[in-house]
Amino acid sequence: MNIAEVLHNLLFDYTLRTVALGAGILGIVSGALGCFAMLRRQSLLGDSVSHTALPGIAVAFLLTGTKSPVMMILGAAVAGWLGTYAVIQIVRRSRIKTDTALGLILSVFFGFGLVLLTYIQKLPNSRQAGLEKFLFGQASALLVEDVITMGILGGIVILTLFFFWKEFKLLSFDPDFLEILGFPVRWIESLLTLILVIAIVIGLQTVGVVLMSAMVVAPAAAARQWTDRLSLMVVLAALFGAISGIAGAVISSLTAHLPTGPTIVLCISAIVIISITLAPNRGLFWKWLRQLNDRRRLALEAVLLDLYELSRQHADPQHPHSVETIRTMSFHTARVDKSLEILEEKNLARRIPGEYWAITDMGRAEAEKSIQNMERRT
Amino acid sequence: MSMAQIEIQLIAAVVAAACALPGVFLVLRRTAMMSDAISHSILFGIVLAFFITEDLTSPFLIIAATLTGVLTVSLVELLGKTGLLKEDASIGLVFPVLFSIGVILVARYAGDVHLDTDAILLGELAFAPFNRFEIFGVDIGPKSLWLMSGIFLIDALFIFLFYKELKLSTFDSALAASLGFAPGMIHYALMTLVSITAVGAFDAVGSILVVALMVAPPASAYLLTDRLKWMLLLSVGLGIAGALSGFWIATLFDVSISGAMASMSGVVFLLIFLFAPDRGLIAAARRKMRQRWEFAQTMLAIHLFTHEGLPEANRENRFDHLDEHLRWNEPFSRRVVSLAEKNGLLRQTNGFLELTPSGRENARKAIVR
Repeated sequence: MNIAEVLHNLLFDYTLRTVALGAGILGIVSGALGCFAMLRRQSLLGDSVSHTALPGIAVAFLLTGTKSPVMMILGAAVAGWLGTYAVIQIVRRSRIKTDTALGLILSVFFGFGLVLLTYIQKLPNSRQAGLEKFLFGQASALLVEDVITMGILGGIVILTLFFFWKEFKLLSFDPDFLEILGFPVRWIESLLTLILVIAIVIGLQTVGVVLMSAMVVAPAAAARQWTDRLSLMVVLAALFGAISGIAGAVISSLTAHLPTGPTIVLCISAIVIISITLAPNRGLFWKWLRQLNDRRRLALEAVLLDLYELSRQHADPQHPHSVETIRTMSFHTARVDKSLEILEEKNLARRIPGEYWAITDMGRAEAEKSIQNMERRT
Repeated sequence: MSMAQIEIQLIAAVVAAACALPGVFLVLRRTAMMSDAISHSILFGIVLAFFITEDLTSPFLIIAATLTGVLTVSLVELLGKTGLLKEDASIGLVFPVLFSIGVILVARYAGDVHLDTDAILLGELAFAPFNRFEIFGVDIGPKSLWLMSGIFLIDALFIFLFYKELKLSTFDSALAASLGFAPGMIHYALMTLVSITAVGAFDAVGSILVVALMVAPPASAYLLTDRLKWMLLLSVGLGIAGALSGFWIATLFDVSISGAMASMSGVVFLLIFLFAPDRGLIAAARRKMRQRWEFAQTMLAIHLFTHEGLPEANRENRFDHLDEHLRWNEPFSRRVVSLAEKNGLLRQTNGFLELTPSGRENARKAIVR
């Protein structure tokens, strides 16, 4: 299948278009909101919210008897918000730490959700089939109706983010300052949590309870590596989220038996790996390269200084010294030969037949300069 | 009670006990979410090993899955060490990847074998007794009962043997390191323990609910005691209580046993969170209330003490003056005065308040403080 065909399907194939659109919206919203979760060290809140949403979905079904996306999302959001509130209260009112509170609420709510799901399954009417799709997500079952709901809610989330940008930014970086400025910090915090919860629950149907947490953490983690600016980070995270959502949808549509949710997660994880290794400045590859460079430069300087030191022991500064002497003096014995060769290339040292070396005038000047530099620094 | 029901309860109790032991250290070391990560990512190991052994209870599968758990921990630490991500973000990145690979493997290649993600994620305790353990053709009980008992013993033995090391590295890892106890080694040993337990428990209760059994009972016990030994024992006890009550509720309403076990562990936590003798919400509220009245009485005693014997005492040390001076409304003043009277801090005559010697002592102490 060639690219043109994929594009054609993306635009005109009903199922693929719906799924890709849904996954794209989900990626944008969770990516953008994930940035704030990450900066506020609440990455695992996404995990907790998505699990705690399960009983809400079940209760919504039990109360209304329908599977309308609005009701499901409403139920999920209420339960997710309740779970988050419980986590915050447990941490505030007892000596239990955040990680324990998260694990506790997540698993207990999920267990209760499971109880309700099994209860629903045994009810006489059979309209309940399909609630399990929230566990692992079932992107292929997305309807246009679902996507429209996701789009509207996602739009509200993004608009809220836009209108309260300044407040949310301050909340993430300096909540104390926000309070001093007279803003109602608690309310802003609640608002941010609320739209994070909405961002998470609109994705549940597509990638499922278990994997939704990755959609909160991963795009933000990838975007963080490329920039130090919040605005750019949010845009990048949304972009990464959207790309992986659409790519995951397309890839899984091309292959038989490839579930969409996990594929999306693997796509975004690939972006994370690329970002961690290759992002300029922070990327591991560049860091490694810088370290290598530093090590080389330091080794080179050390050998030059050794040569300079040796030359000062003799009346004739051009007096040749054997490689062995330099090697004995040097800290990095392994790099001595290589460093000497580089020094020769730079005309800082001179090779004398029979494995002997001497410093050049240029080398002396260079060594004196770096000694001066060192003295000035200390 | 049928034989199967007894066996299910035995398995449930042993699973709960086995999970509670390492869970105590997870809670104390603030790494509770690691259990979530491990229990999810072992899916990957279970699936890989299952393709090779085609047996969900083979020891090879348990080893492979345990290794995946340890792999998760080291990947999280590796990511954390780059300094590019915080630890919680690393956890949130690693386990979904391994879990996704696991789910994809199941979806693609396990269509015709007996393995589905629902079973691994959610578990079904009701089926556990069907898988029997036979030696020389003699049926000696359900396989998972033996497996979990073995894992429980390993957990208990490890904690017994390395109690001192675990305790020290949990509460003061810097001291443990300086005494040469290698907290890193202990951390990994503990994580291996968590992995083994999670692997053993997944087919009984499912991987997500393993988290409930590992976190909820120790969290409850943490609110009841300050002693590690008691916390271990209480966690096991509370875990078993949650598991058994969960089983009965599940039987009563015909719902998922593992889900009910997790829910009941949550209920046990809620009860303790509210009613714990010292740290419970209600105890704290009552303490706050008591302190409020005690504080008011002391305030009153100080007020009377400062004006006692001075010319203005006649005006100041009267009941109807408290509103003006201390900003107390009348019902509140009356309550405080009657409490103080009952406690022998003052005497009231015709609206005039006079300190008793013990009231004077009380005021003097409070001022010095």
